[in-house]
Amino acid sequence: MIIDLERFMAQEKPCWDELERLLKRVEDDPGCSLGVAGATRFHYLYQRSTAGLARLDGLAAPPEFRWYLESLVARAYGEIHSNSGTAQRMAPGKWLLQTFPQTFRRHIRQFQLALLITVVGALFGAAALMLAPEEKGMLLPFGHLHGSPTERVAKEEQTAGKGMDGRKASFSSYLMTHNTKVSVACMASGMTWGVGTIILLFYNGVILGAVILDYLAAGQGIFLAGWLLPHGVIEIPAILIGGQAGLVLASALIGRGSGFSLNVRLRMVWSDLATLIGGVGLMLVWAGIVEAFFSQYHEPVLPYSVKIVFGLAELALLLLFLARSGRNKQVTRRD
Amino acid sequence: MTERSTTLQIRTPEGIRFSLLLAGPTSRLLALLVDLACISAATSSVSTVLRLFAIISQDIFMALTILASFVISIGYGIACEWYWRGQTVGKRLLRLRVVDQQGLKLQFSQVVIRNLLRVIDSLPLLYLVGGIASLTNSRCQRLGDIAAGTIVVRTPLLVLPGLEQLGSEKFNSLREYPQLVARLRQKVSRDEGAIALRALIRREELEPAARLELFHELAERFRSHVRFPAEAVYGMTDERSVRNVVELLFEPRGRD
Repeated sequence: MIIDLERFMAQEKPCWDELERLLKRVEDDPGCSLGVAGATRFHYLYQRSTAGLARLDGLAAPPEFRWYLESLVARAYGEIHSNSGTAQRMAPGKWLLQTFPQTFRRHIRQFQLALLITVVGALFGAAALMLAPEEKGMLLPFGHLHGSPTERVAKEEQTAGKGMDGRKASFSSYLMTHNTKVSVACMASGMTWGVGTIILLFYNGVILGAVILDYLAAGQGIFLAGWLLPHGVIEIPAILIGGQAGLVLASALIGRGSGFSLNVRLRMVWSDLATLIGGVGLMLVWAGIVEAFFSQYHEPVLPYSVKIVFGLAELALLLLFLARSGRNKQVTRRD
Repeated sequence: MTERSTTLQIRTPEGIRFSLLLAGPTSRLLALLVDLACISAATSSVSTVLRLFAIISQDIFMALTILASFVISIGYGIACEWYWRGQTVGKRLLRLRVVDQQGLKLQFSQVVIRNLLRVIDSLPLLYLVGGIASLTNSRCQRLGDIAAGTIVVRTPLLVLPGLEQLGSEKFNSLREYPQLVARLRQKVSRDEGAIALRALIRREELEPAARLELFHELAERFRSHVRFPAEAVYGMTDERSVRNVVELLFEPRGRD
């Protein structure tokens, strides 16, 4: 069958032009509202264009006509059938106090697994250092940890926190960006069915375990607690949440027993992954500031008891926040 | 290796099918190079501005520079693709766009995930993992695209062709022969009619020699289907005869 293209065009082109104008308006301003009448008209124009596309299907018309109409229908289809949050205005307070902790709790099993992997890594690191103390340089990649803990404590207490003078802000920035990169890597490695995430978490645990054992064995447990707790109680959980996100991604990829297709499984975790990694970013900004401007001060400038109490208070608040915040509110899944 | 396709077919709930043109690895690589240049230029510009802080404190200058380069390198793709609905500067130049693989509107979380997963795609160097993934994936998706459920499509500038170039207002000598018109409509296939119509619409874009050759071939094709009366086509160019045939094929049945 051959169509009367001239007449078809004359009838339909005004509708296509109107749909094009409406699409441009909606695309240029995602928050714009067409109103009931405008939305009804938009839907009508979309349906008319799809009907036009259906008429072209199987008819003798140059492919340019089909391409044009397909592109118009594709754009309108995306607008009409999407249930995205573009129209929603940003609500950072709600996101922080409700969405983030709710998302964390929804995937608590993955967090527990991340914690377990890190603890196993820490035990391995401690055991490795105990059995082969000469391999300390290999276990701990940071140069300032290679020497004797006692000598380091003496040196730190002697400099009275002035060792970082003139470098605190840049050190803080470095810590924030470096730890965020590690957390993002933990999440992204979930695409290796979780193998990469597990390796990263385990390796972090190895370093942590080796450092803890090294300082405890040297009798510097109080210094260690005063040095690590103020920033570590935020930094370590943040990296664990990055690992949690990686394991959530891996679970969606593996999808054992879920009964959903891969695409559906991934679609179900997108917003959770973005939320978790966003929360991690915020936590690491705080940890970076604390580490550069607070953790580096030791006795006699700052009593270890103050630093330890500060760290424990942070930990208690973090646990309270993650366990309770947004608990009585409706579960929020923001895309 | 999965069979690669150049289009992705989407079927709407209304039962209508439309296709999206998938972008190939080469155009995506070129867009990436443009984006890397943009990131480098933006980082360098911001760093120059931030140098003013060095007057106050070298430490603050260093801190802000580290933060700015990190935020720009991570945030560039996310901000551009969210604000420009799936496009960065490189993708705009190359006429590419990130879209949801089901044809739906991109969600913010999709944009975040596909950009953060560049960490994996860029391993071990020069986007080797992402390159291999997109070369072996039927939809040309890198790992970030697979996780975020996105594809990168080509968005060529599409303009509805005008039919006024057919020149249907001119006298058509073939219309004087109803049997010829009937035979043409019976013998000429749908595809042949569409090709001839397309050739007429795009004739001004053709080189003169190619134009003569194309319309000669089309006219020969029509002549192989039906015998044109000599007096009806006397002195008529191949292009004119193709135009007359197309006009008869595409006009409403009632007109003759």
